[in-house]
This record gives sequence, structure tokens and C-alpha cells, in this order.
Amino acid sequence: MLTDFNFRVIWEYMPLFLTGVRATAFIAAVSITLALITGIIACACRISGIKILKYPAIAYIELIRSTPLLVQIYFLYFGLPTLGVRVPELQTGILALMLNSGAYIAEIIRAGINSVDEGHIEAGISSGLNYVQRMRFIILPQALGVTIPPLLGQNIVLVKDSALLSLISVVELTRSGQTMTSERFMPAEAFLTVAFFYMCIYFCLKTFADWSQRKLIFREVY
Amino acid sequence: MMAFYFGQLVEIFPFFLKGLWMTSKIAFISLVSCTLIGLVLGIFRSSNSIILRHLVGVYVAFVRGTPFVVQIFIIFFIFPEWGIQLEAFSAALLAMAIMGSAFICEIVAGGIAAIPKGQWEAAASSGLTNLQQLRLIVIPQAMKIILPPLVGQYVLLIKDTSVVSVIGVMDLTRVGWVTVVRIPEGLMVFTLVGALYFMISYPLILLSNYLERRMAV
Repeated sequence: MLTDFNFRVIWEYMPLFLTGVRATAFIAAVSITLALITGIIACACRISGIKILKYPAIAYIELIRSTPLLVQIYFLYFGLPTLGVRVPELQTGILALMLNSGAYIAEIIRAGINSVDEGHIEAGISSGLNYVQRMRFIILPQALGVTIPPLLGQNIVLVKDSALLSLISVVELTRSGQTMTSERFMPAEAFLTVAFFYMCIYFCLKTFADWSQRKLIFREVY
Repeated sequence: MMAFYFGQLVEIFPFFLKGLWMTSKIAFISLVSCTLIGLVLGIFRSSNSIILRHLVGVYVAFVRGTPFVVQIFIIFFIFPEWGIQLEAFSAALLAMAIMGSAFICEIVAGGIAAIPKGQWEAAASSGLTNLQQLRLIVIPQAMKIILPPLVGQYVLLIKDTSVVSVIGVMDLTRVGWVTVVRIPEGLMVFTLVGALYFMISYPLILLSNYLERRMAV
């Protein structure tokens, strides 16, 4: 069993793991920000009545949702060079995470908008509000409260998904474990430590998500 | 050059079908085992016993808190240290079963929790035993709530099988990865891989959408 679990080596490698944690946090923060922008744009195109925007958005969302993230990462990693585009691994990885989460976020926002009661929209129309005003004063304020909890959930998923970037040799938390394994051949120590750090990140995000859901701060504002 | 590689790709297409078969095999076995284990764990999770509930809770937290790649590495590398030799294929199935059952457990527990207390009480006062209450009254009603997210979870699980390629299981993703070394047309190779995944998961996505619409009424 794990009687000879070597804490000394873990301690020795601590700087590497902490670098990994920082890198994972950085990748997740950048990707979720970009994904949010992508998601908002994709969702806006998806619900707009304009065909030339709507159908590409549908295709993008459905294609992303029905293929694995790993395949998308490899697609960009092996595919971009064939197009003559040379990007470093980190940027490729962030691009993949952005496109992947963007599609899910678009669907989350759309579900939020659809959850608004039909009657409210009709009331808006009969009060003489135009489309933009209805969006701004009636639909979005109500959709926001429904959207925030699943968005925070998507954020947690994204942190875990970022582990796949280690497979295209982006330096992050899982990669630190791989590095330690290849240098010392102590996979148990390495990957259990990696798992421990992911758990820490998970609990921070989860506590925040639960707290915001309990408060439903955003729903009460309006 | 494109045409040349395309010809080569057509030539080795059977290789891709083999990968597709492997992916479907892993997906099928793990979906069945995840559903069975997840159902039992979900019932444990919503049981009255505090110990049982929290034990399952810890298991679920551990699985949900760590990335699937890390779980696979742990299973694949640590079991041999304990003297249990696992083939890549069985390690993959074990990892899928552990990961998937935790997610399905939460869906099942959520469905059971959504059934009003009065249903349990009515069943108990009709003289049904605990097991009968669960089997005859609660589960059939909870099924309606469980089914749409369950099918959604199936899609996620099928996509997650791509990760088992990292320990060398020759699934669809691994086939793409091996091919791209020989045929340096990343776009073409992974478009093909993506298209094959799309074929499996898109019908399930449509089914999940349909169930969601139908069950909502």
C-alpha cells in the first residue's frame, strides 16, 4: 500500500506544484473571460432572427457540444500549423478552452433568456418598449439571476478541463505531476498531490457558487 | 499534397472504424455500469443513514473536484504500486465507472429529493416497506425528473471516453493521434475524428432535448 508515501519529495517539488497552480488559475481566468465574451456573442447571434448570423451560431454550438474537448484541442494543436499558423501551445490551449466553454455559455445564457415569462415580454410590447428596451429592462435583468449559478458551474468545469492542456505540453498543474513522475518515477505522490490542489481550487469555487446561489443576490437586485 | 494525403486517409479508414468500435465499446460498457452504480449510490445518498450519505458525499466530492485525466493517471499508475496489474483497457473502464457513477449519483439523488415528503408518508401509511416505497412510489416519479439530465450526462460521458486515449487505449482519439504523426494533415485527420464522434453523440443530444421538452409539460 502507500506505506512508503514520500512526503519529502513532494515538499521538494512544492515550487513546481505552486507554479502549476498559478498557471492553472491564470489559464482558467483568461479562458473564462474570453469564453464569456464568445458565449454572449454566439448567443446574441443564435437568438437574433438574422439567418446569416443564426445558422453559423447554431452550427458552432452544436459542433462543439457534440465533439470531445480533447479532439478540439488536438484539432487546433495539429491543425493550425497545417494552415500555416504557428501559435505557442499555451495560446492554442486557451483558444480551445475559449471556443469550448463559449458554446456551453451561449446555451446557458439562451436558457436564461428563454426562462423569462412570455407574459412579461408581451407586457413590454404593449407598454411600447422596443426590442432593445425590452431586452435591457425586462428580459436581461430577470435572465441574469437564472444564469449566474450555471455560469459558476461552467467555471468549475473549465478549471477541470484545463487539465487536458497538459497533453499538448502546456505548463500547468497536471503537467507538474507529469514532470515529477518522469523525473522521480513517483506517480502516486505526484498525482495525488495534483489531485489535492485541484480539490482545493474546486472547494473555493464551489463554496463561492453555493454562496451566490443561496443569496441569489442577482435576482433580488431588480 | 492535400489530395495525396486524402487518398492515404481513405486507405487507412478501416483503422478509424476500429477506433470507433473501441470508443463505442468503452462508452457502452461504462454507460451501463455507471447507470447501475450511480443509481445505487444515488439511493444511498438520499437514505436516512448519516454515515452512508456522507460516505457517498465524500466520494462524489473527490470525483467532481478533480479532472478526469488526473483520475485516470491515479488509477493507471497507482494500482500497480499496490500490486494490482491493470491493462489500459480495464483501467479505462474502471476510471469511467468511478467518474460517471459519481455524476449520475448526483442526478439520481436530485431526482429523489424532488419527490415531496408526502409521497413517502402516504406510501408508508399504505403499509409498504422502505424498499417498496422506493421501488413502487418514489423511483417511478423521480424517473421523469432524472431522465433528461441523465441522457445529457450520457453525452458528456461518451465525450469523456476520449480522455482514456492518454493511457494508450486505441480509441478514436488515439487513432487520430497516431495517424497525425504519419499523415501531417491535422485539420483533415481531426475533422474526421470529430465527425465520427458527432455521429455518436449528436443523436443523443437531440434525444436529450426532446426528453427535456416532453418531460417539462
